Amino acid sequence: MNSRDLILARVRGAVAGAPDVEVPRAYRGVTGDATGGATPAGGDRLIDLLAERLRDYRAIVHVVPEAEIASVVEEALTRRKTGRLVVPDGLPPAWLEREPRDREPYDTVGDDPELSAADLDGVDGVITGCAVAIAETGTIVLDAGHGQGRRALTLLPDYHLCVVGAGQIVAGVPDAVARLSPERPLTWISGPSATSDIELNRVEGVHGPRTLEVVIAR
Amino acid sequence: MTRTFLGMPASALQRSFPSNAAKAVRDSQLRFNLRKATHTIRDKRASVVGELPDWEELRQAGKAIKDHTLRNLDRYLVQLEEAVTAAGGHVHWARDADEANRIVAGLVKATGETEVVKVKSMATQEIGLNEALAAEGVTAYETDLAELIVQLGDDWPSHILVPAIHRNRAEIREIFQERMGEWGRPAPEGLTDEPRALAEAARLHLRERFLSTKVAISGANFMIAETGTLVVLESEGNGRMCLTLPRTLISVVGIEKLLPSWRDLEVFLQLLPRSSTGERMNPYTSTWTGAAEGQEFHLVLLDNGRTHVLADEVGRQALRCIRCSACLNVCPVYERAGGHAYGSVYPGPIGAILTPQLRGLDSELDRSLPYASSLCGACYEVCPVAIDIPQVLVDLRAKARHPRAERLGMAAAGWIFNRPERLARAQRAGGRLRRFVPKRLPGPMSAWTDTRDIPDIPRESFRGWWDRTGGGDR
Ligand code: SF4
Repeated sequence: MNSRDLILARVRGAVAGAPDVEVPRAYRGVTGDATGGATPAGGDRLIDLLAERLRDYRAIVHVVPEAEIASVVEEALTRRKTGRLVVPDGLPPAWLEREPRDREPYDTVGDDPELSAADLDGVDGVITGCAVAIAETGTIVLDAGHGQGRRALTLLPDYHLCVVGAGQIVAGVPDAVARLSPERPLTWISGPSATSDIELNRVEGVHGPRTLEVVIAR
Repeated sequence: MTRTFLGMPASALQRSFPSNAAKAVRDSQLRFNLRKATHTIRDKRASVVGELPDWEELRQAGKAIKDHTLRNLDRYLVQLEEAVTAAGGHVHWARDADEANRIVAGLVKATGETEVVKVKSMATQEIGLNEALAAEGVTAYETDLAELIVQLGDDWPSHILVPAIHRNRAEIREIFQERMGEWGRPAPEGLTDEPRALAEAARLHLRERFLSTKVAISGANFMIAETGTLVVLESEGNGRMCLTLPRTLISVVGIEKLLPSWRDLEVFLQLLPRSSTGERMNPYTSTWTGAAEGQEFHLVLLDNGRTHVLADEVGRQALRCIRCSACLNVCPVYERAGGHAYGSVYPGPIGAILTPQLRGLDSELDRSLPYASSLCGACYEVCPVAIDIPQVLVDLRAKARHPRAERLGMAAAGWIFNRPERLARAQRAGGRLRRFVPKRLPGPMSAWTDTRDIPDIPRESFRGWWDRTGGGDR
């Protein structure tokens, strides 16, 4: 017998006659409590919670009106002295608009044709949007969609700047799972890369970006 | 059944848990490290679990989802295979460690590569994949910081989540300075024992390797039958490196890691991070379905004794385990004995019930594991999928053959207790001979008195006293 059939036969033999189980789902499920649809008060509460939880993981967080995204982004990139910034396809150009009189503080690099791993390793940072953000856990989810790019883009550069729109924030994990598509490769990010392997001391920044900065648009 | 291999040398099986543990408790550095580490995580876990008003409901759902999956495992495995194949992946089935190792070695060799990078995975440790690949001329590089410490130190992991929990910073610095050079980029000059500096040394040591290696090997925390999606939770980003950059990805996953539907993740992505690292969410979670972003993807489904466990009505609940390690962190026995005493890659309470079931009760060590517990029940209380570890331990104790002296003693006790006249006669004899009872028992029975005092034998039994005095009236 080949191993596939053998394993399946062993499984059938092992569980024969065992009772099946109903799954009780009495936990808090999908709330529909998203900043997009809910009351403005509920939206503010989720934004504040997301910001607080992200800061708990030592991400740098700004909460600003949508019109101010570009200026906060530019300030952040200037502060970090970013020289080369990866910009994925589909990123809203408005986020990178600069006053014409300003000196060009950084170069942007696209990913078409695809950058090599070594190229990506050589850039200073990356800016993306996201698919969903979860307030309760302080998590940003990327699904390689518009304005996010393939997974390596947010992995190799040492600095990740992420812009979250108010309509993308959901209350809890069930809301996020319901909104996301399993066919797309997903990356759930909660703070910068970290390890607690040495005497349980948390150290931020091992292999992923050592700095995560998040701009939340009200 | 030939003995299932669980990633430890055969010599480790010849010593029992008590003798391994006796050695460990004399190591005061180890005890200090373990105590500090387990108490830190345990407190963090308690506080983030306490934040959720519906923790118990999530736990009951998690338990039921796993039980339902196990009951219908054949159906869901076939569904998973179809979904992964439809998404461009290849599925392989391995009945035991040998077959899994052969499949993986074959896949690596077919790529023409001689180096692979690895994401921390219990399943590949369990089957001893690194050693098997080395025998085929393929070098496997561990990339998780703790696994790197274990690999460079030529050591064994001692905790599911923090495998180098038994090492302190000074030891880690020494290992890095002495061994990194043999494996690749040496440790930087003047390396200190600051955790930040040590993490930075690991980042530099592995960076080149991530950028150049063409094949990666991973495990998975969950597989979704409905969609064919695999899920890996991690902290450092080494997982993302391995899952994303190499051209070929090979994932070795135990058949019990299955969940029926995508929606089920809403339960487990809450239960696992809070139970394991005590965080609301771990820094990185990756999910992918089949051949993602043009990668070549192979899934190796591993049995290696799991169907044997599944056949046991009481013991099968161990297959619900999501390897969070919460039970290790609260266990008073683990805290003192450490992970190595358990003699398998699965230490602590879960190891005490999983290892003897996977490997069978043939060796001295495996027969002693069900006794590596005080049955205090703390493990059951924290387990996010409500595995009743004490219940399984007691059941396994009944199945394990007891030492000869104990069996003879129990048989004699059974013979005496069976008839009231025999008991009365034995009690009278005991009362008369009480002066001759030694403080410590001789020969094989000394195992019992090594850790206990023999109780004082009364001059007269209660029954004798009652008969003599008519219940105190005379
Ligand atoms: S037995 Fe329960 S508590 Fe222990 S590692 Fe498994 S899931 Fe976690």
